[in-house]
Amino acid sequence: MVELFIFFEQIYRILFLLIPVLVSVAMIVWLDRRVWAFVQKRRGPNVVGPFGLFQTLADALKYIFKEIIIPASSNKVIFILAPIVTMTLALIAWAVIPFSETFVLADINVGILYLFAVSSLGVYGIIMGGWASNSKYPFLGAIRSAAQMVSYEVSIGVIIINVLLCVGSLNLSDIVLAQKDLWFVIPLFPMFIIFFISALAETNRPPFDLPEAEAELVAGYQTEYSGMMYAMFWLGEYANILLMCAMGSILFLGGWLSPIDLFPFNVIPAPIWLILKILFLFILFALIKAIVPRYRYDQLMKLGWKIFLPFSLIYVVLTASFLMYFDLLPGN
Amino acid sequence: MIAHAIVFYIFSLIAIVSAIMVTVSKNTVNSVFFLILDFISISCLFIMIGAEFLGMIMLIVYVGAVAVLFLFVVMMLNVAQQKNEWFNSSGRSSHIPVGLLVSIIIFFELIIVIGGWKYKPDLLDSIAIEINTDLTNTQSLGSVIYTDYIHLFQLSGMVLLVAMIGAIVLTFRQRSGVKRQSYFKQISRDRKDGIELVDVENNKGVKIDV
Repeated sequence: MVELFIFFEQIYRILFLLIPVLVSVAMIVWLDRRVWAFVQKRRGPNVVGPFGLFQTLADALKYIFKEIIIPASSNKVIFILAPIVTMTLALIAWAVIPFSETFVLADINVGILYLFAVSSLGVYGIIMGGWASNSKYPFLGAIRSAAQMVSYEVSIGVIIINVLLCVGSLNLSDIVLAQKDLWFVIPLFPMFIIFFISALAETNRPPFDLPEAEAELVAGYQTEYSGMMYAMFWLGEYANILLMCAMGSILFLGGWLSPIDLFPFNVIPAPIWLILKILFLFILFALIKAIVPRYRYDQLMKLGWKIFLPFSLIYVVLTASFLMYFDLLPGN
Repeated sequence: MIAHAIVFYIFSLIAIVSAIMVTVSKNTVNSVFFLILDFISISCLFIMIGAEFLGMIMLIVYVGAVAVLFLFVVMMLNVAQQKNEWFNSSGRSSHIPVGLLVSIIIFFELIIVIGGWKYKPDLLDSIAIEINTDLTNTQSLGSVIYTDYIHLFQLSGMVLLVAMIGAIVLTFRQRSGVKRQSYFKQISRDRKDGIELVDVENNKGVKIDV
C-alpha cells in the first residue's frame, strides 16, 4: 500500500514537472517568433489570444489534425521511432534540473554527466529520421547534423570540466551552491561565451542550423515528416533549447540563486530566478537567430575543432593552475 | 529487493537479445541500432550495481560518440552496398573462419578471467589499493587513477594519441588546387590592395593585368 502511494506520488511529481515544461515550450516558440519579428520590425504572431499567446496551441491543433504521411520506401519502424526518441530525450533530461534546494526530481551524484549524456544522445533522433526517410535531402541533413553535434559536444565536455574543477562535484545542486559567492560567469567568462555558441550548434539553432538549411536541403532531416510527427520533432527541438538554457544558467549563472542576497531579491522564490535566467538565455538565442547569418559548413567545423577545442583545453590548464597556485581547489 | 531483481533481469534480457540481434540482423544499420540498445542496457546495469560514473561514461563515450561514428560509416556503406560484391552472400562465408577463431580466443580468455575470479576468491584481496567506501565512486576513481596509477594512465593516453595521429596520417591527403579561406588575409585587406584608380583616356581603354 505504501509502495503504491510512493509510486503515485512520483507520477504526480513527474507530471508536475513535465506539464509546465511542455506548456513553457509552447510559450517559448511564441516568444521566439515574437522576438524574431521585433528585431525585423514586424509584429509577429499577435492574433490568436492575448498578444498571440495561443498561436502555438493553434499550430499544435493544426498539426494534430493533419494526416501523417509515411513514405513508401522508408524504414517504417525507425521512421516512426525518430521523433519519439527526440521528444523523449528532450524531456527525460529535465529530471535532474534543480529548481530550488529541495525541488528536484532526481538529485543524483552524476547529474551533470547525465545531462551531458542525454544531450549527446539527442543526435540519434536526427540521424534516425534522416536515414529512415530514405531520400537524399534528409540523409544529407542527418550526416551534417551527426558531424556537427559530435564536434561541439567535445568542446561542451571540456567546458564542463572547467566548471567541475571549480566545484569538485558532479551533482547539479552542489554546482549551484558553489556559486553562492561568485557566479562562474565572472571567472569563466570566455567559457560561458563558448558554451553559449556550442549550445547553439548543439541544438541546431541559427547560425548553425545547417542540418535543416532550407536554402540547400529543403528542411533537412524533417523533409519527409508531416503532421504530428513533425510537431514532435519541433517540440523536442525547443525542449532541447530550453534544456541547454537551463544547463547554461546552472553552470554559469548560479541556477536558482538570486543575484544579490538582499531584501527585495531574496524573497522571490528560487524557481522564479532559474526561470528568469533561462528566459534571459533564451532571448539571447532568439536574438542571435534574428541577427546572425548562417555559417558555411567548413567554417562551422573549423570553429569547433580549431578554435573552441584548443581554447577551452588551454583554459582548463589555466583554471587548474590558478586553483592550484592559490590553493582554492575544492575538497581541500 | 524483488523489484531490483526484476529490473535487473529485464535489462540483462534486453542486453542479451540485442547482442544476438546485432549479429543476426540482415540490415547493417539495424545492427548498429541494436548495438546502441545493448550499450544503453549495459549502462543501466552499471548504474544498478552502483557504478553510476561508469554507466554515464559508457553512455557518453560509446553511445554518444563511438556509435554515432559507427552509424555514420555504416550508413555510407549501405548506399554502396548494392554495388559491392564483398557484401554478397557468396563472399560472406569466407569470413566465417576468421570470426570463429577470434570468438574462440575471446571465449577462452573470458573463461580464464571469470574462472580465476570464481574459484580463487582471494584473488580480489591481492589488489593493493584500499577502497574507501564513503566516497562517491567518481571521487574514488579519480583518486585511484590520478595518484596511484598516474603513469599507466598517462601511458594509455599516449597510446591513444599515437593511434589518433596514425589515423590522421592514414587518411590525410593533400589535394592540389583547393582554394582555402584565410580570415587574416581577408580582414587585413584594405582599400589600397583592392582598388586602383586609373584615369582613362578617351577612346583608349585600360589594360588590366590579372
